[in-house]
Amino acid sequence: MGIKRKPKLAVWKFASCDGCQLTVLDCEDELLTLTDHIELAYFLEASSAVKRGPYDISIAEGSVTTQQDVERIHKIRKASKLLIGAGACASSGGIQALRNFTNVKDFVSAVYPSPEYIKTLDTSTPFSQHVPVDYELQGCPINKHQLLDAISSFLHGRKPNSTSYSVCIECKRRGNVCVMVAHGIPCMGPVTRAGCNALCPTYNRGCYSCYGPKETPNTASLSTWFRRLGMKEDDIVRIFRTYYSNAEPFRKESKLHEKDEK
Amino acid sequence: MKPSLQRGDRIVLEREHFQNLLDALNKKGYQIIGPTLGEGSIIYGKLSCVSDLPIGWTDEQEGGMYHLKKRGDNALFGYTVGPHSWKNFLFPSVQQLLQAKREGKGFQVNRKREEIPKFAFLGARSCDIYAITIQDKVFIKGKFVDPHYASRRGDTFIVAVNCGKAGGTCFCVSMGTGPRADLGFDIAMTEVLKSDRHYFLVELGTERGAEIFQEIPYKNASEEERATANTVVENTAKHMGRYMNTDHIKDLLYRNYEHPRWNDVAERCLACANCTMVCPTCFCTTVEDTGDVPGGHAERWRKLDSCFNLDHSYIHGGSTRYSIRSRYRQWMIHKIATWIDQFGTTGCVGCGRCITWCPVAIDITEEARAIRKSEQAAE
Ligand code: SF4
Ligand code: SF4
Ligand code: SF4
Ligand code: SF4
Repeated sequence: MGIKRKPKLAVWKFASCDGCQLTVLDCEDELLTLTDHIELAYFLEASSAVKRGPYDISIAEGSVTTQQDVERIHKIRKASKLLIGAGACASSGGIQALRNFTNVKDFVSAVYPSPEYIKTLDTSTPFSQHVPVDYELQGCPINKHQLLDAISSFLHGRKPNSTSYSVCIECKRRGNVCVMVAHGIPCMGPVTRAGCNALCPTYNRGCYSCYGPKETPNTASLSTWFRRLGMKEDDIVRIFRTYYSNAEPFRKESKLHEKDEK
Repeated sequence: MKPSLQRGDRIVLEREHFQNLLDALNKKGYQIIGPTLGEGSIIYGKLSCVSDLPIGWTDEQEGGMYHLKKRGDNALFGYTVGPHSWKNFLFPSVQQLLQAKREGKGFQVNRKREEIPKFAFLGARSCDIYAITIQDKVFIKGKFVDPHYASRRGDTFIVAVNCGKAGGTCFCVSMGTGPRADLGFDIAMTEVLKSDRHYFLVELGTERGAEIFQEIPYKNASEEERATANTVVENTAKHMGRYMNTDHIKDLLYRNYEHPRWNDVAERCLACANCTMVCPTCFCTTVEDTGDVPGGHAERWRKLDSCFNLDHSYIHGGSTRYSIRSRYRQWMIHKIATWIDQFGTTGCVGCGRCITWCPVAIDITEEARAIRKSEQAAE
């Protein structure tokens, strides 16, 4: 507990659904304890009172999709001792990174009545593509346990308990029966990073990969098995392009199953 | 008063008296754990009456595939081993080791004493009893005793069932671990189903096994009944789903660290760790410390881990087993070769779980065969 004054925490939003910020609010009981130990210096979703930087910890959600975003993440990086990227958007580009596979102009003209007002980048990218990021919380959205663990490790100088292994580990620790083996349901668990405590397989659903690729994911072998379970190429593209489509292993795998339309 | 039974006696328990066995165990204060239907498979859970067993059900198992099916009779034990093993009870995958509270400049350590029931395992298969024997060796028979395992293992009462059917991925005959239970049980039963009769040939393995039967109706086994039960198990032994040639298997694998087959399996292996999680002998764990935001309370947890995880081989500077090739090789060579140097037996009891529950059907017997065959071809 080297720091005497209360450390200043800032929470930032980029292109996102706000789900990860809501996770901070979802800490409810812990939030009160948290404010005893941390000063919420910038968190618009919770309070309009803002304090100037520098900040001890910045938690940023969302991805970089505009030129202003690029500039803002650089400013935040400069103003923060520790920058934590929160969620699938922050660490891979998120669902909106689907634009990276097509021409974003087509979307803009299809969605907006006056497309000339929209200025956006061609891609949705993670913070790490623009600035050094100290720590990333995975998940779409992140969960409060990992968030509190990250904050308390920072406060007390210990290593956060991040996982890089598969969802299968958590699934088996819970004593679940594998949905893929017992019911033939395609499951992304074997290539997905643990963190959710195998939520979907526990309720008899295949994993959707909300936590993105695990370490050394063997996507090719899993795709081969998905095909044997009766999945069509289109479905395989979709299953790898849900929350972490722009994460390199998933991006590559999904491309292999795309029908050549040209 | 009946003449007193002794260890080694063989008696007959009729199906209609099976409930008496459960009642007798309950009366002695055991918590009975055994096979029951759950989540579309046969898992282990608490049992209180015969109808909790998967009566009339069987399982079909193949690499990466498990299905339940009706048998067409009312067998109590007409299936083999499922996704759970006794490890789930003796060595739970998540355990709190300690709690600590900050006090002044120091801290107070608190070890929560868990209320552990006296277990009776009903329907333990021979392969799984060998697996328990292996874990006993690792956790309580060596220089260091694991107090958590020791207190759960305690004096577990084991009701073995000699298999009346081998599963599609079973290979206990190859490993010399089944299908007839020959050690580690209090009582061992063979289920006999005839058109007009349903009974169990029971072998009493210990004094307390004999004692349990004091209050259960039984009769001494006739020559014919014994012979019939023998035929059941012999027949199972003839129909193993898998086979592994274990002849000099240690040397075979030690000679083949650089075999191209490891590359081949690495292309298929997901490094998902399902095989090690379901393996009844795998024991690797990791330790996690957690602390709350105010910094007044900390906990230490032990969780089942696996050599298929990158972090498992992490040392200063990085992980020593970065490739999936090296992880699969580590697992398989440990299971059936280096384990022999370490603990005197192989770490594989041929239960077949790693084959059935591998999401992409990787088969340890097939991998071993491929390596052996390539040597034979080269000769
Ligand atoms: S259900 Fe999915 S996450 Fe669970 S063990 Fe099977 S493949 Fe892994
Ligand atoms: S491996 Fe042998 S003892 Fe184990 S379940 Fe199969 S037949 Fe029974
Ligand atoms: S290695 Fe496979 S077959 Fe052998 S004991 Fe473990 S799970 Fe069973
Ligand atoms: S052998 Fe199968 S179960 Fe084991 S890590 Fe590889 S893919 Fe997973």
